Amino acid sequence: MAEVQIKNLMLNFGPQHPAAHGVLRLVLELDGEVVDRADPHIGLLHRGTEKLIEYKTYLQALPYFDRLDYVSTMAQEHCYSLAVEKLLGCEVPPRAQYIRVLFCEITRLLNHLLWLSTHALDVGAMTPFLWMFEDREVLMEFYEAVSGARMHAAYIRPGGVHQDMPAGLDERIRAFREPFAKRLDEIETLLTENRIWKQRTVDIGVVTAEQAMDWGFSGPMLRGSGVAWDLRKAQPYDVYDRMDFDIPVGKNGDCYDRYLVRVEEMRQSLRIMDQCLDEMPDGPIKTADRKIAPPPRAEMKRSMEALIHHFKLYTEGYHVPAGETYTAVEAPKGEFGVYIVADGGNQPYRCKIRTPGFAHLQGLDFMSRGHMLADVVTIIGTLDLVFGEIDR
Amino acid sequence: MSEALRELGDYVAAALPEEVIGTRVALGELMVRVERGAVVRVLTFLRDDSNCQFKCLMDVCGVDFPDREERFDVVYNLLSLRHNHRIRVMLSTDEGNPVPSVTGVFSSAGWWEREAWDLLGIYFSDHPDLRRILSDYGFEGHPLRKDFPLTGYVELRYDDEQKRVVYEPVKLPQDFRSFDFLSPWEDAEYVLPGDEKAEDADG
Repeated sequence: MAEVQIKNLMLNFGPQHPAAHGVLRLVLELDGEVVDRADPHIGLLHRGTEKLIEYKTYLQALPYFDRLDYVSTMAQEHCYSLAVEKLLGCEVPPRAQYIRVLFCEITRLLNHLLWLSTHALDVGAMTPFLWMFEDREVLMEFYEAVSGARMHAAYIRPGGVHQDMPAGLDERIRAFREPFAKRLDEIETLLTENRIWKQRTVDIGVVTAEQAMDWGFSGPMLRGSGVAWDLRKAQPYDVYDRMDFDIPVGKNGDCYDRYLVRVEEMRQSLRIMDQCLDEMPDGPIKTADRKIAPPPRAEMKRSMEALIHHFKLYTEGYHVPAGETYTAVEAPKGEFGVYIVADGGNQPYRCKIRTPGFAHLQGLDFMSRGHMLADVVTIIGTLDLVFGEIDR
Repeated sequence: MSEALRELGDYVAAALPEEVIGTRVALGELMVRVERGAVVRVLTFLRDDSNCQFKCLMDVCGVDFPDREERFDVVYNLLSLRHNHRIRVMLSTDEGNPVPSVTGVFSSAGWWEREAWDLLGIYFSDHPDLRRILSDYGFEGHPLRKDFPLTGYVELRYDDEQKRVVYEPVKLPQDFRSFDFLSPWEDAEYVLPGDEKAEDADG
């Protein structure tokens, strides 16, 4: 029989593909239907955030953090605010810390709901998508209630939060809790023991604990491989050290375990939200230092000094003492870090943004090797990619 | 916390006397400045030594200081899950001097080094795949350098005649103005109407 020459097939996946979760151009080298090599081409959503921040005052730079990972916006504002506060040596009043933690957990729900629904949609389950967007809508209304914006909130700011929660919002959040916990159970009956879901996710994209650490994975990608590491416990910030919650950990490091980890994280988020609402004290919601946070509007009507402070804050901004810090938080996707170099002026000298998705996408190559083409879609789903944060 | 970090810094400096230039603890964070050529040895030590165990490289980035003799700082942020510590390893370099790549020590360094090459033009030797990563195919220049203008040099437009996207030199309808608000009296040059010759008359 004559010898048949078999050539590997190069396949362009994306940049316009619904399962690519944005603008990912993935060059796949296929041997039949088996992936030999995956080469992600990123940067199609690159907006030069880090460069722009160098030309903005510290407060003006904050809204850019909403636009990185646009489904977990407040977690990133939180990280930036913590970094600036660290450089300034600024104390945040307790009520503001509770509000921040409360909204960071709402953000985690928002992120995991979007992740789970689109991941299930990619794999073939349509119903979770339709159900969960209803709950996301309610959560975004909470965002809207405190900040006026549904996504790009610019709510958590250096020195505290922008405004106090409106009256009655805590009751609305409490009322959301029970139906949502039930909804989560319903989703789990759809997926957790579902034969097709398990066939598509069990033993797909296995990452060992050593690999996860070597590739700089964090968040659920690391916990899914059995490493109990969560910055909220290990290096707590704001009032996380007062919260009682558990860290779910996977066993096998496959897509199914990461799914279980993230679903359990949503339940833990609900626990944290409850504790925040119960324990939240009254008091100011931003630092009393008028050189960092603006005075209340009512005071500005009477006090010349308050007016001057307001004017200076919104034109010149505040000067941050020279220094540098790498501050990281447990964002829903993993470790989100900000490395700020301050030169003593009112603009950051350098602001490097360490996003979890960047490290995770880098691991796509080794995770998808030897898998079928359809599994690449599952792996992209499990990485929880949002291109706003990867491309920056 | 910072006492433990200071001890850790002294320990690293004592173990690697040739490689480490200095250690510093500021704002509760440990910084170690090392010789450029020794970065692979330092990171391998930090990863494998039982008192360090920095198994995760969380971030690599460059910082540009154009006034300095060696204009770039390369910053490695490491994390030890075992001891719950962070450490920041820093070194300096310039356009001409390559930094040894640490992809052999930490696989995660690959893309971050590509990013530093793309955005700042820091060259990493022995990197397996040092392509641009964030900027466009065929992009020229390194946009995060301080001497690269914020507006860039070229802009993009779809040309209907050629039926493709074309690059053109950037045209601004209004000059780019940078408001730093540091002083209300500087950086703004107003010429009052009818006062254009005032300067000449003085001179």
